[in-house]
Amino acid sequence: MTRLAADGGAVVVATASAVLLLTGALFCLLGALGLLRFPDTASRLHASSKAQTLGVLLSLLGAALRVPLPYAGLLLLVALFQLFTVPVAGQVVGRVAYRTGAVDRSTLVVDELAGRLGPPDPEAAAEPDDTGNGSADEPEDGAGGGRRRES
Amino acid sequence: MNAVAVAALALLSAAAVLVLVRLVRGPRSLDRIVAVEVLVTLLVAGACVAIAVWEYTTFVPVLVVLALLGFIGAMTAARLIEEREELR
Repeated sequence: MTRLAADGGAVVVATASAVLLLTGALFCLLGALGLLRFPDTASRLHASSKAQTLGVLLSLLGAALRVPLPYAGLLLLVALFQLFTVPVAGQVVGRVAYRTGAVDRSTLVVDELAGRLGPPDPEAAAEPDDTGNGSADEPEDGAGGGRRRES
Repeated sequence: MNAVAVAALALLSAAAVLVLVRLVRGPRSLDRIVAVEVLVTLLVAGACVAIAVWEYTTFVPVLVVLALLGFIGAMTAARLIEEREELR
């Protein structure tokens, strides 16, 4: 039976696979810990989309080393699919979090979405430009089309 | 290899318990969506361990379906609660 790592010794492949599986499980645990411990939705997305993805990619690689070649290809396809979908899902969830006011905007250093995607509640939308004063290298006006006009 | 499976599955189970705590607690629906997505990902990782150690190659198509399902579920739920105020 042809395998992904056919020419290596069986012991080497088994050891590499075991290390990959354990490291992947450890990263999954760290991601879950971050999901539990981080304070708001946006920071929880960091834990879920980065640590978790690395963990599952390592696990998939560890499994792909030990199965016959067609299955290994399918597993690598799943890994590729994770790489495509996780950023998209994270972006959508983060955007919804911002729009529904789940992001504590006083903790943001740069708020590039201030005038464009603000939450609908009036007190946060009333002063969209006071977050830009700290790093005032870009004009933060609500109309995105007028940004290039002055410079 | 069995010890590796036990250790990896133990780590993943601990992770699943932590995620379940967040799923129950999560103050907003978005936190619960993220938690469910992570739970599906943990399932994928656990199935990987089973595939690698016990050669359960019948699980491989299940992985494809799970990866698709987690993505579509998270996207759909997020878009839904964006539209409906009472679900937040």
